[in-house]
Parts: sequence; C-alpha cells; structure tokens
Amino acid sequence: MSAGPGRGPTSMTTVAAVTDSTALFLGTRKGAWILTADAERRSWSVDGPHFLGHIIQHAVLDPRDGRTLLLAAGTGHLGPTLFRTTDFGASWSEASRPPAFHTGERLGRSLRKVFWLTPGHADEPGVWYAGGTPQGLFRSEDGGDTWAPVDGWNDHPMWETWSEYPEENTPDGSMLHSVIVDPRDADHLYLGLSAGGVFESTDGGKDWTTLNENVEAVFLPEPDADYGHDPHCVRLHPADPDRLYQQNHCGIYRLDRPGTRWERIGDEMPRTVGDIGFPVELHPRDPDTAWVFPMDGTDVWPRTSPEGRPAAFVTRDAGATWARQDDGLPEQAWFTVKRQAMTTDDGDPVGVYFGTTSGEVWASADEGASWAPILAHLPEIYSVEAGRPAT
Amino acid sequence: MRVRIPTPLRSYTGEQSAVEAEGTTVAELLVDLDRQFPGLRFRVVDEQHQLRPHMKVFVDQDSVRDLATPISDAGEVTLMQALSGG
Repeated sequence: MSAGPGRGPTSMTTVAAVTDSTALFLGTRKGAWILTADAERRSWSVDGPHFLGHIIQHAVLDPRDGRTLLLAAGTGHLGPTLFRTTDFGASWSEASRPPAFHTGERLGRSLRKVFWLTPGHADEPGVWYAGGTPQGLFRSEDGGDTWAPVDGWNDHPMWETWSEYPEENTPDGSMLHSVIVDPRDADHLYLGLSAGGVFESTDGGKDWTTLNENVEAVFLPEPDADYGHDPHCVRLHPADPDRLYQQNHCGIYRLDRPGTRWERIGDEMPRTVGDIGFPVELHPRDPDTAWVFPMDGTDVWPRTSPEGRPAAFVTRDAGATWARQDDGLPEQAWFTVKRQAMTTDDGDPVGVYFGTTSGEVWASADEGASWAPILAHLPEIYSVEAGRPAT
Repeated sequence: MRVRIPTPLRSYTGEQSAVEAEGTTVAELLVDLDRQFPGLRFRVVDEQHQLRPHMKVFVDQDSVRDLATPISDAGEVTLMQALSGG
C-alpha cells in the first residue's frame, strides 16, 4: 500500500524496503518505521513497526554503505541499547556491547538513554558516534556492534562544569546531540549539549573547547557566558564545512569558520513568529539555504507552532531573509516538531520532511513550496532521517 | 534455580517465561543469565552494577535491590518490571 499527496494518510502495511530511492527512517515513542519513496517521491511504501513498544530516539542509515541502519532504543524500564540491521529490517541484531560509561568510574555515571547517532567520517568506515543522557559521548568502530566511551569528552576536566550533572534542567533529561564530523577531517568534531552549549574538538575528541560566543542564554545570569547555552540542533553544511547553523533555545544562528562568533540570523524572522524552534535543516548543495520550523516560545513555552499555524520557514541567503512555507499544511494544528524530526534528502529539487508529536509525517518534494501528508496515526515522532538505501 | 522472566525480557530467552540459572547471589545469577542469554543483564543492571530504577528482583517473596543478596536457600528468583509508563 502506498500514499501520496492528494490521497491522504494511509494505514500501515509491511513491504520490502530495499531500493535505491529515497527512504525515511522514523524513530517514535513506540517503535521504528521505514518509508520508501518511488522515483518521484510522490508515493511511499511503509514498513513497520519495528520493535513495537520500544522507544526509538533516533534511526539513522549509514550513508557510507547505504545498508547499516542503527536504532537508538530503550523502554521505560529496560536499559538503553542499540539495534542494527543491514537488510532494512528483515533481520536485526542487538549491539553486543551497547554504549555505557566505564564501570567503577569516579562519577558513577550510568547511561539512561542513547539519544543521538552520527555516522563517522567517510574515511573511517564502521565508525559511529552516539550521544546520550547523561551527556556522554560514545564511539563504535565496528558498525555499531561494540561501543566505548570517548574519554576525552566524558572525563574532560571541565565535563562536570559544562554538562548538567548530576542535576538535569531539561524536562526529558539533559542530552548530548548534534555530533558532527567535519567531512574534511575525521578528527574535527562538534557536539551540542542541551543544556551546556556547543563544543569543538580538533584532535579526534581528546580535548574540547567551548564555541558559544555571541549566543544568547536568557536563562543564565552571565550575559556573555562561555557555556551553559541550549543549542537545540546544530548542523554543518556538507558543501561548505566552514558553515554551521544552529537552532538554539534563544534563536537561530549561523557561524562561518574560522570565526568563532555566532551571528543571530533569526532576527530577520517575522516578529509575530519569532525564531524559537527545535530543528534546523540544510540544503545538501546550497550553503545559503536552510529550513526551520518555528515554535511558540512565549509564556510557558507551548512548543507548538506560533498561533497554532504550522509552517516551515526557509532562507536562501544564509539568514538575511526568510520565507514562510505552509502551502498544504493545516491552518490550525497544535503539534511540535522535535529536533531530530525534520530532515532533507539529496534530491533535485530537495525533499524536505518532518514528523510531528501527533504522529504525522509531512513531505515536500519541491523544497518546501508545498506540503502533503504521507503517513498519520503513528506514535509521537522523535526523529525523521532521510537516506538512500543501496540496492 | 528457576528464574521467572518478564515479558520485556523474553526476546532474550526465546520467549521462555522461566529459565534455569546458577549463582549464590543475585549478581552471580544475573551473570549466568547473561552467559546464557547475551544482552539480558545490561537491560536490568547498569554499568555501575546497580539494578535499574524500574526493574525489580524478588527472591522468593522478598523484593531486593542489593545484588549481593544471597540466594542459595531460595527456591525461585523473579525478575519483574515496575508498573509504569503509558
């Protein structure tokens, strides 16, 4: 069964998902789904649920082989783990050594959640990074089967200062996310802490420095704090790895390296909408194009779209101007789009996708100019990632 | 010793609701369970050897959280998850 624009959401069925076309990998509060598009990205086959009832924080296909898919999994009771497949869910295996802190370590940390997955550098096949709660960083060198703590981060002399530990001020637990590998240099890494800020390593994670200059943090007493910020989502542009975008708790920012001072590009958003949100997603080829999905950050922070009017906003000039994109979206809705729940593909025109806390997946095959629902009635969606499966 | 397995862990035990395992303490029992059913222990016990917050272990009728609790005289151990979630 398939669904496409004009036909509305469909019920779910199980079909083979091995194809060379665009696929979406969904992590939800109750399992994982794989959606595979036809060549025009107008019709989608639906495969799932996988691991029904498991909390899937992130589902990511390895772009280096187009086959290895990792799920960051947990339940409300059992400890965190990872599931792996190399045949698009026909068979799964569990990581034989999931991410964990060192036994007997000084702080006595135990990992409660694997929150984020990032495939490693193209020259390091099999390498993956994972971020978690507490805000630890973990690395695998065998395609996600066995994991080890990244000691340079987890045991950094400043870790207890930079991170939120043992108290956690983020409602669902503080997390490490946005692990970024510079495509030019496997040892050049970035990561984000919610809360804590953005951090950079130039030696493969052995040492780290803060990277938060000029980022607002209205919840901190120090106006020019070096750390403690809340980057909701950080992205590096693959075609211009000196360019970073950040959707922060306090606004939308851009940073052009080797500079270290973030520029608030969200100031150009409509005042009635503001520049608060979770995701920021990039055009795969144009470093000046980025999408955000603004949310209401006023009052008690409903985190729904401002005035309940869902819309993406796109900039095509690196944040100098923004355009509203809501054609096809409901005029009134009260969902949230979480930080991993929006993504782009590498098509031309670029496909833009997001999943909602109310369990809908929306797609645009024309770079956000129009939207259509491709699936509904899923559990709360935590993550949507695009990939191009190998044949 | 007979060990009763809750439904969330039966994917590790081939869907068996009860299995046999050996040990003189709860900790040793869990190590033996993990030897037989790899991966099971880490879902129940964290990397600091602490029982995860929402997991429970009953030695016969007694709920215990100290994994050093002896079980040599026990008749049965039950792994269970607390009632929570939604």
